Amino acid sequence: MLPIENYLFLSLALFIIGVIGVVTRRNVIVVLMSIELILNAVNINLVAYSPLSGDVAGQVFALFIIADAAAEAAVALGIIIAFFRNRETVLEDEMDLLKW
Amino acid sequence: MLDKLLFYFFAALAVGSAVLMVTRRNVVHGAIFLITALLATAGIFLQLRAEFLFIVQIILYVGGIMVLFVFVIMLVNLDVALQQIQFARQKWVALLVALALAGQVGLMFWSSGKMPGQGLPMLTAAAASSLPPNSEEVAKSLFSSYLLPFEIASVLLLVAMIGAVVMAKKRT
Amino acid sequence: MQATIEFLKLYWAPLLCGVAVVAILPLVAGYIVLVERKLMADMQARLGPMRVGPHGLLQPIADAVKLLIKEDIIPDNADKMVFWLAPVLSVGAALLSLAGLAIGPAFQIAQDINIGILFVVGISALGIFGIVLGGWASNSHYSLMGALRSSAQLVSYETAAGMALVSALLFTGTLNIKSIVEVQSKEGIWFVMLAPVAFFTYLVASIAETNRAPFDLPEAESELVAGYMTEFSGFRWSLYFLAEYTNMIVVASVATTLFLGGWLRPFASVRRLNFLDFIPTLLLVAVAAYCVMRTPKQPTRVQQLFMLAVAGLCFAVGLVLLAPVIVPLINPSLRVVVAPFYAGIHGGFWFILKVSLYIYFFMWLRFTIPRYRFDQLMRLGWHFLIPLSIINVLLVGVALIAGSYFNLHGWGLLLVTTPAAVITLVAALMILAAEKQRDAGHDPNAASDFYAG
Repeated sequence: MLPIENYLFLSLALFIIGVIGVVTRRNVIVVLMSIELILNAVNINLVAYSPLSGDVAGQVFALFIIADAAAEAAVALGIIIAFFRNRETVLEDEMDLLKW
Repeated sequence: MLDKLLFYFFAALAVGSAVLMVTRRNVVHGAIFLITALLATAGIFLQLRAEFLFIVQIILYVGGIMVLFVFVIMLVNLDVALQQIQFARQKWVALLVALALAGQVGLMFWSSGKMPGQGLPMLTAAAASSLPPNSEEVAKSLFSSYLLPFEIASVLLLVAMIGAVVMAKKRT
Repeated sequence: MQATIEFLKLYWAPLLCGVAVVAILPLVAGYIVLVERKLMADMQARLGPMRVGPHGLLQPIADAVKLLIKEDIIPDNADKMVFWLAPVLSVGAALLSLAGLAIGPAFQIAQDINIGILFVVGISALGIFGIVLGGWASNSHYSLMGALRSSAQLVSYETAAGMALVSALLFTGTLNIKSIVEVQSKEGIWFVMLAPVAFFTYLVASIAETNRAPFDLPEAESELVAGYMTEFSGFRWSLYFLAEYTNMIVVASVATTLFLGGWLRPFASVRRLNFLDFIPTLLLVAVAAYCVMRTPKQPTRVQQLFMLAVAGLCFAVGLVLLAPVIVPLINPSLRVVVAPFYAGIHGGFWFILKVSLYIYFFMWLRFTIPRYRFDQLMRLGWHFLIPLSIINVLLVGVALIAGSYFNLHGWGLLLVTTPAAVITLVAALMILAAEKQRDAGHDPNAASDFYAG
């Protein structure tokens, strides 16, 4: 099989792209999609260690992360819909109700 | 040989789709590229012999979360959004910070191979037929050692369901 | 060189099967449409397509040619890449999910996947993207609304279908398709009798999953033009069409494998009833005899010859089915040699028969029951089917624990699962009564939220 660095580098690359997406884009939905990308990078990292130790703990952890990502995506999208109904915008710098 | 081929194919697909997703102006195109990236991640799971996680990724992530995303994108789709500025004002600082992070972690991986006896371990090639069936292993583990997180995850999903319904309901 | 040979040996059979499926399936889907039109005609006291070919049997070929040579119209301002991608996604998901099925004990289409059933259900859920993206890419209000409604319906009924499958999977303990049928063979009882409520739930949910009547509001001719398929014409439309009929076949195959005993004949493990092995041959010989009887009544020579050809074909297939059953009776030592042929050919026959009966039931339902309105459809899914299937999973689990405590097997399990089914039905009636009571307080003519949230 492959040395584990391959999987770790892949996970790192996806993580970096996700972080760039979160910090750089204006559209809040793209920010959320980049967060999903970050979570997937972490999943790859976790699952990469499971053939090594013969233990499925990494996969179980990744399973919980997927469940958690589902919950978070649902609530976050609900918030976006509620905000959109009020303000008609999905751009992050126009969501400044709490700014002084 | 097939392992290497599959890995490089799925890895290239994942990274390529991720880059394309973050740079598309049209959010629906971005969603399609995220779907491709998630399918590539599922392929990586399959290549790591984690078949249960492969199918869970496809059912939950691609078939559930991404459908939700595409729905919401269509509900909030504004044509005017296509002409506006795509990137935030602090994009260059953000890029710099991200590349610094990448450089740091990459350096750590690269140098760990140089020091004797402290390199990262090599994955052994266990034959697929000698492994116990993956779903049963995960199920056994989930219902014995990780029972408490399992129950907490179900409570979390219940709370999230109620929260999402409350947030998205119309106030009459 | 050796590695190449190994590679080929491991992969050539599934590749060949894949190519064969992709080549033959459009033809099969076309003929299923012809059967549907003939059935519709029969139930409406008319004849159906009769002109193209003898008794209309070349109609699907004419339809295919027409669709292929039609002009490819793309709406103005439509997103070209997504417009191209959407039907491809639909048909790709449907065909890929076919790869996980198995028609006979040694007859799997791709590989023997360990997560078989979950693979089939999960990949066929990817078809939702074909619908949503197709509706969005058409740049038309009707398409978008039809697409959103259709995908909302699909997503809602997926949970109920999954829970129904879980109720049946509780008896097997594995997701592997061959093991599921082997457990049904070992126990000697099909899961439809052990979990009837689950079978009913899966039946209703699968009708909604494939957008068939009475749940076909998103694609009915008088509603929203044609839903998400409005702007697709010619070959693109035929891809969506193929995806829909392939989905029907997939859903019928999953139900057959899990509930109706897959490729087993009725009472597969009872040696005394081995005479039931003659049923396939008898059925086909009866069809052949009927064709021969109707031959003199045909108006033209061509049709008479055609009827005789059909009769000959059915008779030949009947003989082929007879061979693995007769040979062990004549020469008992050849039983071991003939066994794989028996398992393969008879298994295939029973599987295809059960899938056909399931699809026949779909078609029968289409021409009998009026359509559900969209809010009625969503209410049925969320308020009735999902609680019903979850309660069913709980009660079947309890029944299984009781069964293993009293050490029941096979038909004995009916003693514990029947009370579970009865209690589930009582719970269903209570849910219905609660709904009716809540409806009595509401004004039935008030406008309801058609987006359903």
